[in-house]
Amino acid sequence: MAIEVRIPTILRSYTDGQKAVEGTGETLASLIADVDGRHAGLRDRLVEDGELRRFVNIYLNDEDVRFLGGLETPVADGDTVTILPAVAGGSWAASDRIARVAH
Amino acid sequence: MTTGVGSVAAMVVLTQATYDAIVAHARRDHPDEACGIVAGPAGSDRAVRFVAMANAERSPTFYRFDSAEQLRVWREMDNRDEVPVVIYHSHTATEAYPSRTDIAYAAEPEAHYVLVSTADPERESFRSFRIVDGQVSEEEVRVIASAELTAR
Repeated sequence: MAIEVRIPTILRSYTDGQKAVEGTGETLASLIADVDGRHAGLRDRLVEDGELRRFVNIYLNDEDVRFLGGLETPVADGDTVTILPAVAGGSWAASDRIARVAH
Repeated sequence: MTTGVGSVAAMVVLTQATYDAIVAHARRDHPDEACGIVAGPAGSDRAVRFVAMANAERSPTFYRFDSAEQLRVWREMDNRDEVPVVIYHSHTATEAYPSRTDIAYAAEPEAHYVLVSTADPERESFRSFRIVDGQVSEEEVRVIASAELTAR
């Protein structure tokens, strides 16, 4: 048994087009590190400065990990982790503040 | 997944009912930004199933899909072998053109990004774009009767 990680379209370039990959770990952070070992570059798209990137949603089974323990959320065999890019935007871009947040 | 035939034509095709539903949602939530998707069969480029989403930010200048609702809707699409053919949102005080924020966060290169401006209370502006790797290209919006879409 392992943990299934579901990959969104935009990140499938890191997984040779696969919609889901498997990994192991005790926490979400160690699972991501394990998967990144076979799909290099994936971690950087999910984690920045030791924190989950703001505009990526990661779910453990049915729950957004932000409402669990973030990267320290415990994971176990049989769990499913789903990654979805947040769908966001808005006219606020006129302000320079958001542009700095985005980059 | 390969790019659908419709994208070669640089056009989004919507039924009158879907067009009206997007505009009605934008008007209803004004002055906050409204957002949602129109799902369709993977690879078809046919926008057939309208889904209004909650704007978790409830803001006149920003939108973000509620994360729990997004998971539910994305799973449902997965089960039906659908994709978000259209991702729409409104601008309530500015033009219907992708902002720098819209471009920075656009993560669905296969989607048609529809923008509706409700800045003019009398007449909405309704436009559609592709946003790929930070590049914006406008496309034609074609509105047809529902029966025509089914026949495509």
